[in-house]
Amino acid sequence: MTDQSVASELELVGNPATVRIDSPITRVAKEFVEDRIAIAGLILIVAIAFVAIAAPWIAPQDPYDLAQLSILDGGLPPGAESMTGQTYWLGTDQQGRDMLSGIMYGLRISLLVAAVSLGLAITIGVVVGVAAAYFGGKLDSFIMRIVDLQLSFPAILIALILLALLGRGVDKVILALVIVQWAYYARTVRSSAIVERRKDYIDAARCLALSHRRIMFRHLLPNCVPPLIVVATVQIAQAIALEATLSFLGVGVPITEPSLGLLIANGYDYLLSGRYWVSLFPGIALVLTIVAINVVGDRLRDVLNPRLST
Amino acid sequence: MTALLDVRDLHTHFFTRDGVAKAVDGISFSLQRGEILGLVGESGSGKSVTGFSILGLVDAPGRVVSGQVLFDGEDVVTAGEGTLRHLRGKRIAMIFQDPMMTLNPVLRIDTQMIEAVQAHEKVSRKEALARAREALVAVGISSPDERLESYPHQFSGGMRQRVAIAIALLHKPDLIIADEPTTALDVTIQAQILAEVQKLCADSGTALIWITHDLAVVSGLADRLAVMYAGRIIEEGTTAEVIGRPLHPYTKGLIGSVPQGKRHGTTLTQIRGMTPPLLDLPKGCKFRPRCPRADDQCLTEPPLGPVAGGRRVRCVHPHLEDQEDAVLS
Amino acid sequence: MTTPNIIELDHVSKRFTKELDIAERTARMLGSSVEPQTVHAVDGVSFGVRRGEVMGLVGESGCGKSTLGRMVAGLLKPTDGRILFRGRDVAELDGDAARDAALKIQMVFQDPMSSLNPRLRVRDIVGEAPRVHRIAPRREVAGYVEDILEQVGLDPTTGKRYPHQFSGGQRARVGIARALAVKPDFIVCDESVAALDVSIQAQILNLFVRLREEFDLTYLFISHDLGVVEHISDRIAVMYLGRLVELGEAEDLLKRPNHPYTQALVSEIPTFETQKKIYAGIKGEIPSPLRPPPGCHFHPRCPHAHERCRIEVPALREVAPGRLSACHLNDEAAARRPEKAHA
Repeated sequence: MTDQSVASELELVGNPATVRIDSPITRVAKEFVEDRIAIAGLILIVAIAFVAIAAPWIAPQDPYDLAQLSILDGGLPPGAESMTGQTYWLGTDQQGRDMLSGIMYGLRISLLVAAVSLGLAITIGVVVGVAAAYFGGKLDSFIMRIVDLQLSFPAILIALILLALLGRGVDKVILALVIVQWAYYARTVRSSAIVERRKDYIDAARCLALSHRRIMFRHLLPNCVPPLIVVATVQIAQAIALEATLSFLGVGVPITEPSLGLLIANGYDYLLSGRYWVSLFPGIALVLTIVAINVVGDRLRDVLNPRLST
Repeated sequence: MTALLDVRDLHTHFFTRDGVAKAVDGISFSLQRGEILGLVGESGSGKSVTGFSILGLVDAPGRVVSGQVLFDGEDVVTAGEGTLRHLRGKRIAMIFQDPMMTLNPVLRIDTQMIEAVQAHEKVSRKEALARAREALVAVGISSPDERLESYPHQFSGGMRQRVAIAIALLHKPDLIIADEPTTALDVTIQAQILAEVQKLCADSGTALIWITHDLAVVSGLADRLAVMYAGRIIEEGTTAEVIGRPLHPYTKGLIGSVPQGKRHGTTLTQIRGMTPPLLDLPKGCKFRPRCPRADDQCLTEPPLGPVAGGRRVRCVHPHLEDQEDAVLS
Repeated sequence: MTTPNIIELDHVSKRFTKELDIAERTARMLGSSVEPQTVHAVDGVSFGVRRGEVMGLVGESGCGKSTLGRMVAGLLKPTDGRILFRGRDVAELDGDAARDAALKIQMVFQDPMSSLNPRLRVRDIVGEAPRVHRIAPRREVAGYVEDILEQVGLDPTTGKRYPHQFSGGQRARVGIARALAVKPDFIVCDESVAALDVSIQAQILNLFVRLREEFDLTYLFISHDLGVVEHISDRIAVMYLGRLVELGEAEDLLKRPNHPYTQALVSEIPTFETQKKIYAGIKGEIPSPLRPPPGCHFHPRCPHAHERCRIEVPALREVAPGRLSACHLNDEAAARRPEKAHA
């Protein structure tokens, strides 16, 4: 029961002027690196992102250039050699595509879909959430009712219905993901913005006759970022998983642009006939990506959480 | 007669990421039965940590590094958790600035008070309730039965603080440590609480350590004052002497800083600069960079030395000579 | 008195209503007696602040002094009544006139930490408004900010730091610099020194006094601490539960308080004692603003309360030149001995 007063005393004790000159970002970075698993996660994310972005230059073959494929190489197990002497480290599928290259290209699609939908959903969610918190009243009630409604349906259900109506396509999957995700960001931003809104620095900004837009986005929003980052890491993992699910179910990305989910679905029929690798390796890539993001997200949540003493 | 409380060279340090904060760095004082001591200091002076150290309530990253806290001859610092639990609440009680540190928001007052009684004494529920009622009456609560059946959130701040004081009084402790108990209260309510505390201490002979930043409030209450700065006591003496003729430049500055009773509109005597961070204390006397009397002699920290009349001051150049321009005549 | 009022409050009231939530509305439909709760935070307050003076506003928690300050600073709209700045109703201004009036009235807040945006550097906290409103030419803003930081006693090179790198007293100075940077005429100081250590409080009070002279400012100085208010103010207004109960020249008000509440406040200012003082304290709690007592709000705690105080709200009347008080006792005293209205 004494934690609080000792901590408040301590805060004044650590009274800084000369002692601490770290900016908030430096402090977060310093604390983040204290956890080895989180560093491993971060390294893995960077590696995965690099592979995804650089796939066309580093992949052994272009799995969608039919000229490079040979049906004779179809269904080779991991480590087998092709007719041309190339080694398929992760085997091939029944069309003779190199699984390693397939996964690299698949990651590219999966991450692209997740990143673009994340960006759009955050933008919408932030604008809506900050506006709701800043203006309050009827606008706030109205927006939050929509958010509640949105969040009360399972995301997968909404996405399935939308894609059933819209048809397949990368753009359509992105649209579906934005629609099912913006509400999380809106709710997160609103709840922290409502706390910040009551602080005197917002009133001070109003006293200075600054425009609403300026107060919302220059004063309010930057102080709501930490919880947003945490939710974003959880949500991007969710987005990747959701996209994989949709593609696995055959309503997501088209066959011409296969993501990890579609690769898994392709190999699904052969799982029991011994060609485990067609589904297994894309599956491992998917799990690694999601786990890495979650590990980093967990650590970020610990580091960014507002605590008693800084 | 031995002192009720004897604090000897107490050091409480906090081991933080950025270094060791010596929140309490070599404090010694003693307290007789029934005596009221005002422990005065600004934020970061270590006054609250001193209070927590006496109760053995310093949590990580803080630790009592060395020194003794003898309560009735027994060392609290080395005592086991069992002894401490017996002391806390029963023989030493604490009152906090925020009464909600003592009160549980989800329990009714009677439940909390009965629990507090039964924690240290084997008495029936009925008897415990009677004791609780008595304690509430003692702190000036007019309708105790009604209050007993309420929850803390139904009370005003002043009423909550009264209840917290009533709980502190349940076992008629030998010592109460009050940490800024009236700071959050309105002036008229503060006066009421001061009146109650004063009456209770006089009636029951309870000793009191009143920790505060407000020299004026405590001056009418305490027998003796100890002024703290940067983890040390820099001046100690009877209230009349410390207020009437402050010896340490810091004490003198503090009294000069308070607008009360000064001529309207005049410039207040201000202490320049700010309290030094505990992680980066100046060399020698800790008040040196802010002190108008500082010179090279102050580069060596002076001890808390005795002066005439049982007073102690930690200063090379105390205001001994200028009795004529004492702040209050 | 010919000095014009820079700020004039004309029967200003502010009511806050807590709407019922769904559960309460349902309970009400089922016959429960739940009512929407209305707080009269400020109840028909009128007074003027003269150009160049410091008007102190004192009262205990819940008396509406902060709400009043926020209305004057334009952060809250009065439910009733008008606030006039230089003779013009601020509610009726729009466009540039509204913006100019808003900039001329600034506020210095209580909590030196929460009133500074933690994500901005001090030079941006102080310099943003001058840049946006073209108060200083764009290229000269940096120098302008440095000048102001120096004016409030901060090292101009500290402008690149963030608020958490300052001590409490320095943060208070940053808050003052921010207000000064838009060249205000009038500053509402809402408990601006309450959160500071005693020795720092003296520094900031001295700073307020100096800046007022240098920049020809007028202050509305709000505080619960009558001692602090007395020190800095020319006149003092005392509020109790939303109403103005007394107003007068600072020194005179402390020497001869008229209203029983002011008398209680004055007698309880902590002063230095060299011997033990017998604390007394007026009886009773401050009533909840949700259910203020009828008649004079102070009557349940007043030692002189009588029948009339329980029924009739006392009007704020001039009881001596420049002194207003809202107490029935004055009528009776005036009836008996008109020449000694507030002995």
